[in-house]
Amino acid sequence: MTAPNPAQLEVARDVGGGAAPGGERTRSTFWRYLASKLITALISFLFTLVIGFVMFSIMPSDPVHTLTRGRPTSAAQMAELRKELGVDLPRWEQFLHFVNQVIHGHLGYSYQLNQPVTTLIAERLWPTILLVGSATIISVLLGLWLGVRSGWKNGSLFDRVSSGVSLTLWSVPTFWLGLILLVLATSTFTGLLPSGGYQTPAVDYGLVAHWIDVGKHLLLPCLTLVLVVFAQYVTIMRSSIIDELGSPYLLTARAKGLRDDVVRRKHAFPNALLPSVTLIFLQIGGIIGGAITVETVFSWPGLGYLTYEALRTPDIQLLEGTFLVFSASVIVMNLLADILYRFLDPRVRAQ
Amino acid sequence: MTAVATTASGGLTSPSRWTPIKRFAGQYLRMPTGVAGLVILLGFAVLALTAPLYISNNNLDVTKVNGPLLAPPSHQYWLGTDLPGRSVALLTIWGSRVSLAIGIIATLLTMILGTTIGLLAGHFQGITSRLLMTLTDWFITLPSLPLAISLAAILGQGSTSITVAIAVTSWPATARLVRAQTLAVEARPFVERARALGAGNSQIIVRQVLPNVMPLVLVSSTLTIAGAILSETTLSFLGLGNPDEVTWGTMIEQAFSTGAITRGAWWYLLPPGIAIVIVVLGFTMTGRAVEHILNPRMVGARS
Amino acid sequence: MTLLEVRNLDVTYHVGDKAVRAVRDVDFTLDAGQTLGVAGESGSGKSTVALSLLRLLPNSAKVTGEILFQGEDVLAMGWGKLRAVRWAQMSVVFQGAMSALNPVRTIGEQIAEPILLHEKVRERAARARVDELLDNVGVSARRRSAYPHELSGGQRQRVMIAMAMACRPNLIIADEPTTALDVIVQAQILTLLTDLVRESGIGMIMISHDLSVLAETCERLAVMYAGEIVEIGPSRSLIDDSQHPYTRALSSAFPRIGDPASRLAPSGLPGDPPDPTEVAEEGCPFTPRCPVAFDACPTHPIELWPAGENRSSACLRVLPEYESIDQAVST
Repeated sequence: MTAPNPAQLEVARDVGGGAAPGGERTRSTFWRYLASKLITALISFLFTLVIGFVMFSIMPSDPVHTLTRGRPTSAAQMAELRKELGVDLPRWEQFLHFVNQVIHGHLGYSYQLNQPVTTLIAERLWPTILLVGSATIISVLLGLWLGVRSGWKNGSLFDRVSSGVSLTLWSVPTFWLGLILLVLATSTFTGLLPSGGYQTPAVDYGLVAHWIDVGKHLLLPCLTLVLVVFAQYVTIMRSSIIDELGSPYLLTARAKGLRDDVVRRKHAFPNALLPSVTLIFLQIGGIIGGAITVETVFSWPGLGYLTYEALRTPDIQLLEGTFLVFSASVIVMNLLADILYRFLDPRVRAQ
Repeated sequence: MTAVATTASGGLTSPSRWTPIKRFAGQYLRMPTGVAGLVILLGFAVLALTAPLYISNNNLDVTKVNGPLLAPPSHQYWLGTDLPGRSVALLTIWGSRVSLAIGIIATLLTMILGTTIGLLAGHFQGITSRLLMTLTDWFITLPSLPLAISLAAILGQGSTSITVAIAVTSWPATARLVRAQTLAVEARPFVERARALGAGNSQIIVRQVLPNVMPLVLVSSTLTIAGAILSETTLSFLGLGNPDEVTWGTMIEQAFSTGAITRGAWWYLLPPGIAIVIVVLGFTMTGRAVEHILNPRMVGARS
Repeated sequence: MTLLEVRNLDVTYHVGDKAVRAVRDVDFTLDAGQTLGVAGESGSGKSTVALSLLRLLPNSAKVTGEILFQGEDVLAMGWGKLRAVRWAQMSVVFQGAMSALNPVRTIGEQIAEPILLHEKVRERAARARVDELLDNVGVSARRRSAYPHELSGGQRQRVMIAMAMACRPNLIIADEPTTALDVIVQAQILTLLTDLVRESGIGMIMISHDLSVLAETCERLAVMYAGEIVEIGPSRSLIDDSQHPYTRALSSAFPRIGDPASRLAPSGLPGDPPDPTEVAEEGCPFTPRCPVAFDACPTHPIELWPAGENRSSACLRVLPEYESIDQAVST
C-alpha cells in the first residue's frame, strides 16, 4: 500500500465559478471510499492467508508427526488430528478448510504450551498493545518534534547532530540495545528497575500500585523500542518539512509579518504532517519486528515473546497463528492510515 | 557525456572512457562521510578475508581452547573470553566472515529477484505488469520479521534458511524501485527510437534499460546489505541460526541464552554489537554519499 | 510626500561558488498614492527588487543600498520593526495564488491572519472585516470557509487582493498579478485592483512583463533590463515616445488577442535576455541586441540621464552629443 504521492494530491483543476462540494456529496463519496478500502484490506488478508498456508505446508515432514513429536499419542488420536487438520484432503480443500477455521477463530492448538492458539494469543495481546502503543506514541511525538526542527533549519548543527544520532540508532540492533540496558539495570542499578516480566510475581497490589509496578516493568522495553524506532519518524517528518520549505505560501506567511516559528508551526507543519501521517502508520510493520525482539529480551509476556517461544520446537501452529495476527494488524493499520488521511486533507476530501 | 576536447595545438582528442569514473571518484573523495564509510568497509573486508591467517580451529573449537571461562578483558585476552573460554576478540573477527557473507549473498539474491521482477513489470505493460505489481504490493504489506521468522523456522535452522528468508522479505522494495526507474527510462526518446528500429524486448531491456537502472540498484543495494546484516543478527538471536557457526548474531544469542547477561559479562555482549553498528554505518554512509553525488539537491533558507 | 525612496539597491545571489548580481544599482521613488509599473523580461531583476522591499529574499542574497519607506531604511530595521511594517504598511499580491495560499486552511482564516496579528481586535471583528474585504473584491462572503482549491483562478486572485488590503497598507506591491489568468478575468482583476488602489489612496508598484497592462494601470513606468533600470517616466510618454531602444522594442509588442506568445517576447527583437552571470560590468548591457547600437555603447559608462520632463533614460543617444534614437532609426 503506497503512501499518497504529493504529486497525486496536486490541486484539483480550476472549475469555472469554483466547485462547492455539498455535504451530501462528500458523505456518499466517503462511504464509497471506505467500502473500496475495506475490500482491498480483505483481499490483502486473503493473500496473507494464502502465503501463510503455502509457507506452512512446505514443511518437509508430516505435520501430525511434528505436532505430536515426543508426546505419546494413540492411533485414534492421530486419526482425529489428521481429520482436524484436513491432512488427507487435496490441497485446494485443505486451503478452504484452513480459511474456514481462521474465520471461526480456530487457529490451531499448541502442543508445546498445551492450549489453543487463539487462547494464547488473546492472553498475550494486551501486553503487546501496551508496549507497542506507548512506544509508538512517544516515538511519534519525539520524532515529530525533532524532525520539524531539524528540517526547518536544514543543514544547521542541530540538524546534523540529530540526523547523525538518528542514523546511528537505526544501525543498532534493537535487542542488543535492550540487552545493554538490561545489563545496566541488573548490575549497576540493581533493584531500581526489574529485569523482566510484566509485573512482580506473587505480589498483590492495589490498583494504583499495580499500574506503577507495570510501569516500572514497562520502562526499559519501551525505552529500547523508542530509541530504535523514533529515528524513522524524525526522518519522515524532516523530509516532509524540507519538501515544504520552498513552497510559495510560506513566503506569503512571512510577508504577513509572522515570526519564523509561527510560520513553521502554523503553516509548514500542518502541510508537512499530511504525508507524514500515512508514512507513520506504515511503519507499524517495523515496530512489530522490534517488539518481537524486545519482548524476548525482557521476557515481556506479549505476542512477540509468544513467537519466540513458538520457535523452540518449532511450534508450527502457534507460529502460523502469530504470523496471521501480525499480518492482520498491519493491514488494519494501513486501512486506518488511508481513512485518517482522507479526513485530514481537505483536498482529498473533495474527491 | 563524451565532449570532444581540443589539445593545445588545436587538434581534437576525445577524453578517455575513465573520465566520468574519475570525476565520480573525485567528487566522492570530497565527501567526508563517504570516505569514512568506505574506510570502514575496506577495513572490515580486510579483517574478514585475512582472518584465517591467524585464527585456526584451535581458537574456535570449544573442545580445544583453554582460556579462562567467561573472564573479563585482560592483557592476554583483550576483549575477555566467552563461556567455553574462547577469545571474544577473535570470535568477533571470525564472526564477520559469516555475517558479511550472509548479508552480501542475501542482497545479491534480493537484487537479482527484485530487479528481474521490476524490469518485467515496468517493461511489459498490461496484465503482466499489473499482476506483478499487485503481487509486490501485497508482499510489502506482510510484516517482514514475522515472515522471515516463519520462513526460516520452516526451512530449518541455519545460514541458508536465514539467507533465503532475508531475500524473500527484501525483494519487494527493490522491485518497486526498479519498476519506477524502468518506466522513467522507457519514456525517454532513445528507447522509442530503438523500438522503431526494431529492437526486440530483451534487447531493449538489456541494452537500454539495465544500464540506466543499475546505478540506482547499486545505491539501494548498500542500504539493503545494511538491513540484511541487521536481519541476520536478529534471526540468529531468535535462535534460527546455526549454533555451531560463529556469527555476530549467534554470539549475542549465546550471551543471552547462557545467562552471561545476568552475570554481567558485558565484554561478551558489546563487541559483536559494536561491530554490527560500525559495519551498518559504513554501508549506510557509503550508500548515502553515492546517492548524494548522483542526485544533488540545492537547499536554501529564507528569513 | 515621498512614500518610498530606493537608492543604490544592489542584490547579489550567492549560489555555491558563484555570485550572481541580479539587481544593479537601482534608484527610484514613489509618492503616496502613486502607481508605478515595473516592466521587463524574465531575469531582468524586477521580482527581486519587489521582494527586497520587504526583505523577503532568501539568506543567500546580499542586499546593499537604502530602501527608505516612509523615511525609515527597511534594510537597517530591526526584526520587530520589520515584521510590524510587513503587511500592515506594505503588502504583496503574489502571482500564482494557488501556491501562494496555504492549501489546508480556509481563505477566511488566511485573510484574517494578518488582521489578528497586526491589529488588536477580537475574532468577531476580524471576521466582519474579512466579509467586508471579500465583498469589496467581488467574492461572496459565504466563501470564507472555502479552501483555496475550491475556488477558481480568478477568485483566488481576488482573495489575494483582499488579503493584501486587509491591514490598510500604504503601499501594495503586485507581482505579476494577472499571469496565468485568461484575458477576460485578467481585465477584471486589473480594474478591481486599480479601482481599490485609487479609492483608498494607496501607493502601488505593479510588476509585469506585459507592457500593455502596465501602461493602462500605472501612472509611471520603469523598464528594467539585466538588473538595471533603463528607462523611467510617465507611462504614456514612455510608450508613445520611448527614449530607449529596449522600451521601443517592448512597446511595439502589444499583445494580439488570442496569441499568448506575443505577450512574452518583444516582437522583432532577436536574441534572448542575458544570463545574469554573463552581463558585462562596463557599458550598456543591451548592446548585443540593440538595433541602434554604436561604437561607444560597449564601453561608455552608463547611467540614467534626463530625457524629458520627469523622465530619464539610460541610453547614450539621449545625450546631446550623439544622434537621437529617432535619427538613428531613420538612417
